[in-house]
Amino acid sequence: MREIYAVLTLAYRDLLKLLRDPTRLISELMFPLLFIVVLGGSLQSTFGTGSSFDYITYVFTGVFAQTLFQSASMGVVSLIDDRENDFSQEVFVSPISRYTIILGKILGETLVAMTQALGILVFGFLAGVRFSFGQLIGLGWSGIVICLFGAAFGVIILSNLNNRRTADQVFPYIMLPQFFLAGVFNPIRSLPWYLDFLSRISPMRYAVDLTRDIFYLGRTDYVNAVLQGPVYNLTLMTVAFLVFLFIGTFLFVRKEQNR
Amino acid sequence: MAETTLKAQPIIEVENLTKRYRGAKDSAVNAISFSVRAGEFFTLLGPNGAGKTTTISILTTTLNPTAGAVRIAGYDIRRAASAVRQNIGIIFQQPSLDFNLTAEENVRFHAVLYGLYPFRPTFSTMPRAYKQQVSELAALLGLEHEMSKTVKKFSGGMRRKLEIIRSLLHKPSVLFLDEPTAGLDPVSRRTLWEYLRQVRREQGTTIFLTTHYLDEAEEADQTCIINHGRIVASGSPEQVKSQLTETYLLIDAENRSQLREELRRLKIEFTETTSFKIKLRGGEVQRIIKAIETPLSLVKTHDPSLEDAYLEIIKEP
Repeated sequence: MREIYAVLTLAYRDLLKLLRDPTRLISELMFPLLFIVVLGGSLQSTFGTGSSFDYITYVFTGVFAQTLFQSASMGVVSLIDDRENDFSQEVFVSPISRYTIILGKILGETLVAMTQALGILVFGFLAGVRFSFGQLIGLGWSGIVICLFGAAFGVIILSNLNNRRTADQVFPYIMLPQFFLAGVFNPIRSLPWYLDFLSRISPMRYAVDLTRDIFYLGRTDYVNAVLQGPVYNLTLMTVAFLVFLFIGTFLFVRKEQNR
Repeated sequence: MAETTLKAQPIIEVENLTKRYRGAKDSAVNAISFSVRAGEFFTLLGPNGAGKTTTISILTTTLNPTAGAVRIAGYDIRRAASAVRQNIGIIFQQPSLDFNLTAEENVRFHAVLYGLYPFRPTFSTMPRAYKQQVSELAALLGLEHEMSKTVKKFSGGMRRKLEIIRSLLHKPSVLFLDEPTAGLDPVSRRTLWEYLRQVRREQGTTIFLTTHYLDEAEEADQTCIINHGRIVASGSPEQVKSQLTETYLLIDAENRSQLREELRRLKIEFTETTSFKIKLRGGEVQRIIKAIETPLSLVKTHDPSLEDAYLEIIKEP
């Protein structure tokens, strides 16, 4: 019971820290805003008019998944310098299990990313995307799945990094290529074999595709936007989630003890 | 002192503790041993890079030792890290508070992590016992009207006080403080010390302190001076002083040759510089002065402070 209370406390603290810091809240919504309104809008007016492809919706769904995935994994990676920062120093010397720390962080970063999701829905609406109640529910649960998946990806990254400097140097190279390989803004239905291979090993691809599975369901342009069905994506994500989480947590806890 | 000898069993035992960081040529801490009795006020003194922070990190379970054994409150730091953590409180060098959260939230999250109370999202939904404990501690430190304010608005002294309130919530048997008064103004420093004395008196908490303020170590029961990863002196501040420095008497006379003759005749050892320097062992000042008949123009005793002893030890050869 005590470890459950600890997980809840850690998660709640992450959420509260975000809500009490308006500057951070605004800055974290800046990129989704730029991507959806500026990039999506310009693609739509350049290539979208006259064609059947709806760029705004395509970019909106892509950015929704990308933001949640990236926010959750970056949040977990922040554990790397937490032992030198604020209240987190306390967390590392408190009598709770290291597994609890990881779980609390994953849950906390999921809450943080889902708060951003609300902002992204608003941007999408302002940019002209319309959604039904069913689509909202779909975005809700797929969003949670994506956050958990992104957080687990963060754990495996975290377990292979030694300090904040390496993290800052390496992280952009892990994230940025996935923007394009996962097809956040650009259609990736037909790629040369080597790009296709890289795309298939990019975890973000499955997060983005799952969101489009849900959002495009029943629409005529489903075949243009979606790569694989939801069962395929969900299965792959579940397997990868478990692998990332168990190996990552194991390595992290072991490293914690051998410092 | 009488109280500490009654509870004689050591609460901290360190045996041949060694830490060599990966890839480092020399050990940061090299086979150090010491023990601290329950209720004692212990200080670890040393210059930067001496191994103080390495030692305190190992003792507080955030760093694993390369070799050696450490037991705190009877628990091995490696095999029972969680039990050790439950028994200690830590005041870090860097503030360990969330500045955007309220003082009470910082305290509440700590209380839940230490298993004292269940998790509740607001103060008003917390159990009555918690509310009472917090308001008592806050009143003790004069923070009763500040607990719902964000920590951002606190002064450095108030933040330290809050950290101490928080670290005592789970009634630790040892409180570790890593240079706690660094960066505080003299008034806050004094208030903090008064409060720590009170805590020791009322709760019998063992205090383990690293500091570079030597006056803070003067009132310790036991002091260890560490340099280059080794303990170079240990004992009560008085013992450390006598181990490392000499107390001496300086005298002089108008008639120096008469005084010189007389000291030789009395078989008192001395060295002559600008005056006559006589080493003292215990309270023999009066005996020496009484024996000398030559009229003296100067009588001065030199009693070194711990600072003198400390500077003596850490000076590079």
